[in-house]
Amino acid sequence: MTPNAAQLRIRLPEGVTLRLPLAGPLIRLVAFSLDTFVIMVMTGILTRVVEAIKAFSGSWAYAIYAIGYFVIGTGYGILCEHFWKGQTVGKWLLGLRVLDRTGLELQFTQVALRNVLRFVDTLPAWGLVGGIFILCTEHRQRLGDLAAGTVVIRERRAELRDVSALNRAKYNSFLKHQVLCARLRKLAAPEAGAVAVEALRRRDSLNDADRIRLFDALAAYFLSLVEFPPEDIEPLGSEQIVRNVVEILYLRGGREKAAARPPQMSHRGFAAS
Amino acid sequence: MIVDLDRFLAVERPLWQELETLLSVYDRDRLFRPTTAQSLRLFELYQRSVADLARLEEGGHVDIANELSSVVTRAYAQIHSSRRRPRFKPMEWLLIVLPSTFRRQIGAFQMALGVTLFGCALGAAFLAWDPAAKEGILPFSNLLGDPKDRVHEEEHKTKDPNGEVHAGFAAMLMTHNTRVALTALALGLTWGVGTMIILFSNGITLGAVCFDYVRAGETKFLLGWLMPHGVIEIPAILIASQAGLVLASALIGWNSRVRRRDRLRAVSSDVFTLAAGAALMLVWAGIVESYISQYHKPVLPYEAKIAFGAVELILLIYFFFFVGRRRAEPQTAKEPSAK
Repeated sequence: MTPNAAQLRIRLPEGVTLRLPLAGPLIRLVAFSLDTFVIMVMTGILTRVVEAIKAFSGSWAYAIYAIGYFVIGTGYGILCEHFWKGQTVGKWLLGLRVLDRTGLELQFTQVALRNVLRFVDTLPAWGLVGGIFILCTEHRQRLGDLAAGTVVIRERRAELRDVSALNRAKYNSFLKHQVLCARLRKLAAPEAGAVAVEALRRRDSLNDADRIRLFDALAAYFLSLVEFPPEDIEPLGSEQIVRNVVEILYLRGGREKAAARPPQMSHRGFAAS
Repeated sequence: MIVDLDRFLAVERPLWQELETLLSVYDRDRLFRPTTAQSLRLFELYQRSVADLARLEEGGHVDIANELSSVVTRAYAQIHSSRRRPRFKPMEWLLIVLPSTFRRQIGAFQMALGVTLFGCALGAAFLAWDPAAKEGILPFSNLLGDPKDRVHEEEHKTKDPNGEVHAGFAAMLMTHNTRVALTALALGLTWGVGTMIILFSNGITLGAVCFDYVRAGETKFLLGWLMPHGVIEIPAILIASQAGLVLASALIGWNSRVRRRDRLRAVSSDVFTLAAGAALMLVWAGIVESYISQYHKPVLPYEAKIAFGAVELILLIYFFFFVGRRRAEPQTAKEPSAK
């Protein structure tokens, strides 16, 4: 999560603040387009069914089509979000979820209202009104969200990256600075960490110029987040800095514990929490 | 700070997974009633996960904290949502909730009615002043001719006007009118301006049509044609607009010290109830318009159609103003206490 991304902050009674990343207008537009596609598929199926019924009664076939088309168009979002805990197919594919603004349980009236009011948000075309409101409001809410008291969050199912294949350096001078390491973990965007891991994995397939440019950029980014003492940075090349950072971010365990341990203490004399 | 993260995860992650599993039981069955032991376990796991989250954030393990956040958010919603989930009772909703909501928000209905009547008066005045204005005011081509010609044509039709297409026509009317009603509701978000414009424009059309037929001496035909479905359809549009105006009033919040989001939350249930009521009325209006309104003398005598419409109107008024009064009605749902 980038530090400046819009977040929904929910202060729990237990004293902890939940920070949930809010979805921006573009990703929501893409989710809406995916849902529109699903609705088109469903109405396509409905048309086939109606064609079959037409042979028996043209009037009833039209009635089923008219009502079915209306129910699919209006009810798709309502039913999906109600029974699927705030998700539609588009939202599920993009990892979005509708949430009550206070974090409490989403009510049916909220879901129905935000979907019924979508009409105004889609004015004059391509959700312009809704998009402007999403950009301008604190919690990135379109008008329907404002009225229903809902927000759309990005669900991030963080993956613990498989970095076991990466070689550890013999000595990581950064690990001496526990506070700086903690700050780096907090500030580093997961996307940047993922790029760093991939860069180390594929280093041998990159040509020299690209590899140097990539590691220089990554090292500059990580060092812009946290200021390690110059004596620990200067002897290192960009690639080694990235390797050290990846170890801080992903290769957890014994090394850090060892670095944190005062040299004079014996192994048995230290109980890990 | 977590010194041994591997060990921490090895101990704690199974508990997060247990919490997630327990939450998915609640998700699968919305009416799930847990045992005391299950409730206590849920609370225990939640508190432990919150504590873990605090430690992870403090230690800067943002990616794992993100993973845990989504579980904790669900658990928080489950535990702290004090709102009960009673089983929906359709008859109670229809006979108590809907009419009492209408009465609670009667001010918005009166405003919707006032704007429509003003539009009606203006539509009639336009036509009285300039009969040629008909073409500009009336949107439907079958209304542009002389009312006497239309009455003659309708009364001498040899074919059933809807033939075999009753069901399709009724469905078309239902869905079209419901769309109009939902549009009037949704435009409440334009601070009520859009809703007012729809009401005013409908009023002008209605006023002009009525004036045209009354001036031509075809009042009985007009009543017989419009009353069976109109006494339900027009109030339905007014009720949907009432919902839109309730929304607009919560958005504007004149002289209110309550935050906008709290005002909107307070009226959301009323808005939904009114919208659903209007949609239900439009289903009935669509059936009546397709099966009754389109038939005229000699198939259906005007007196019978007018009497049918009058009975509907009386029942509608009785329903909205008198039904469901047995239970005490809260005076207003508009003003939650200021925070």
